[in-house]
Amino acid sequence: MDLNYSAEELAFRDEVRSWFQANIPADLRQKVLDYEELGKEDLVRWHKIMAKKGWVAPAWPVEWGGTGWNAVQRYIFEEEAALAGAPQIIPFGVTMCAQVLLRFGSDAQKKRFLPRIYHCDDFWCQGYSEPGAGSDLASLKTRAERRGDHYVVNGQKIWTTLGHFGDWIFCLVRTDSDAAKKQEGISFLLIDMKTPGITVRPLILMDEGHEVNEVFFDDVKVPVENLVFEENKGWTVAKYLLGHERLNTGRIGGSKLELAKLRAMAAATIVNGRPLIEDTRFADRVARVEIELMALEITNMRFLDEMRRTGNIGPEVSMLKIRGTEIQQALTELTMQVAGPRAVPFKPVHYDGFDAFTASLAARYFNFRKTSIYAGSNEVQRNIIAKMALGL
Amino acid sequence: MDFTLNEEQKQLADSVRRFIEKDYDFEARKKIVASAGGWSPSAWKTMAELGLLGLPLSEDAGGFGGGAGDLVPVMNEIGAGLVVEPFLATVGLAGRLVDRAGSAAQRQALGPAIVDGSLKLALAQTEDGAGHDLAWVATTARRDGAGWTIDGGKIAVLHAPTADKLVVSARTAGKAGDAAGLSLFLVDANAAGVSMKTYRTQDGVRGADVTLEGVRVGADALIGAEGGGFEPLEEAVDFATVLLCAEAVGVMKFACDTTLEYLKTRKQFGVNIGSFQALQHRMVDMIVNTEQSRSITYLACSKVDGGAANAAERRRVVSAAKVKIAESARHVGQEAIQLHGGMGMTVELKVSHAFKRLTMIRQQFGDEDFHLARFSKAA
Repeated sequence: MDLNYSAEELAFRDEVRSWFQANIPADLRQKVLDYEELGKEDLVRWHKIMAKKGWVAPAWPVEWGGTGWNAVQRYIFEEEAALAGAPQIIPFGVTMCAQVLLRFGSDAQKKRFLPRIYHCDDFWCQGYSEPGAGSDLASLKTRAERRGDHYVVNGQKIWTTLGHFGDWIFCLVRTDSDAAKKQEGISFLLIDMKTPGITVRPLILMDEGHEVNEVFFDDVKVPVENLVFEENKGWTVAKYLLGHERLNTGRIGGSKLELAKLRAMAAATIVNGRPLIEDTRFADRVARVEIELMALEITNMRFLDEMRRTGNIGPEVSMLKIRGTEIQQALTELTMQVAGPRAVPFKPVHYDGFDAFTASLAARYFNFRKTSIYAGSNEVQRNIIAKMALGL
Repeated sequence: MDFTLNEEQKQLADSVRRFIEKDYDFEARKKIVASAGGWSPSAWKTMAELGLLGLPLSEDAGGFGGGAGDLVPVMNEIGAGLVVEPFLATVGLAGRLVDRAGSAAQRQALGPAIVDGSLKLALAQTEDGAGHDLAWVATTARRDGAGWTIDGGKIAVLHAPTADKLVVSARTAGKAGDAAGLSLFLVDANAAGVSMKTYRTQDGVRGADVTLEGVRVGADALIGAEGGGFEPLEEAVDFATVLLCAEAVGVMKFACDTTLEYLKTRKQFGVNIGSFQALQHRMVDMIVNTEQSRSITYLACSKVDGGAANAAERRRVVSAAKVKIAESARHVGQEAIQLHGGMGMTVELKVSHAFKRLTMIRQQFGDEDFHLARFSKAA
């Protein structure tokens, strides 16, 4: 048994680490560390820096711009990016749509879309969930009717993250309403969001931030060439995507960064004449989260080791998402607690002494309740383990 | 990074599993626990033959020079089998302490006897009112000619009734709570002045409260330096704590396996109770906590095997592991009983014995609160 990275892996980590230190623009890094919202310009700017370096799509095949890194290297890379305070590479194009095209797309589709995804010439969104199809995704109702050389799409998507930045959206749509099983009548369509008939409506979350949207489709014409894989085989595509890149759902690097910030804040916050971190009750709360994170980092490495040895990991990997999001949520809660009464104000406009960072802490706590709901709620993750790993 | 066992570790774990299946199943264990001595000389002999008893002892003392990493798979099996033999007490705790801190003469006298199974040990450390503080020792050792005279009382000394020798912590200077002035002595269990009130523990092990009244030992009974016993004691207890964590993971794995089996066979309302989502999710949470416990045990293992260079890091991570194990032992144990329903309450199912073992492990070598404080102090 050996818990350490190899010399080559450590050298790789150092290379990645020093590159991030030197190349994340200071203003973007500060926004990330201050929990500020990043605009489309910020996201695209960072994407293009990474594309220029050749690191924007490590998991792609080398001929399309991938780095050829193995699973361990990709994990180290993600960890270091998060630890360094790098903005996120938005996954909808690079990680999701591209992986589908690489596996199921036609040559023409690959040539048309992959280079533009690589360079973020198009900003992609995901059109999966609907008002009546959340955890039960296969119940989706958005229809696509074939009329000659195009489909006509009608219906509604919801929770479309950054849909207001979107140039393109990949959608699961129903092409056969009479299929025996609801999974069988679904297709995977690529839709240009500038097409007439598409309306994006903001859905403001309780932190009053705008990140998700509703997207309405009203007689939207989509060329047949934008169908990926076969008609009515969209569920195969969707399942492939759900099983892809599950090794970073624990978000260990990000949580390590947040834990370090929490400890620093609690050390600098004086309560009753003493640093808060020396208060036994508070220290215990922090310790419990840190211990869970220490364990999860090793659990994550165990899956990584399994992946490297066997090329596969079992459905138990869902536990990374469950525990990882529980840790993320606990950290936002404790960070809000450090601020105490200073976490009360909500972005006052006319108050000069206003501390935007401190005022963002409660909002961040509110916002992070999403993590146990999105990407397959933690209850769905438990169902996956119960059914697929335990045979219940 | 590599989480696989090497060939030797795999073979050893397999042979321990086969030994437990053959000689130490639930029925056999019940008989051993109910026997007069509360341990099995034949099982002990087998453990010696398998080479388990010398695993962490150094080679010049007749051992095999293994680390905690070699013992983890063995302790997993011992945990799953709820083995009550004095393995951890003799080999992982007191034996290793002598091996690391003792003189060449002590190590060479005791080592081979531990390895061949003829010598069993116990650590007489805890005192009434000490909680889990290793430095809280009021027992005294006074110079007496060339040797020492020891007076004091120890409680909850696990496996004391089966031990041939005790490793006794006693104060040669300072007061209870001081790390300095603590010394360690080898004492024959049947020496004049040693008396024991023996009992069976909640989880089927034999233990005793030990009284030492004017117990005279020679100069050669002192282990390590006079007054310098705290550090080797703490290191040995940290090592044993990691083994205990690995044992707990084995017990939890058994509790999960047997509960899952029960969910798949027990019928109510005409269906297996495992078809109820309320129970499925609880089962999943038991498994997640068991795997998280396994992970942090591996991490702690790497720290106790990492040498003395970074004692602060060892303390921090061993305490982290014990916090997680204690928390999971409670959760997994309680849930295993609840999901078994009424039958889980009875002595007839092994799961209730597993729960009792997990409950005792929670506080052994320090409970959650103790280790949370130690973790934060080292952080």
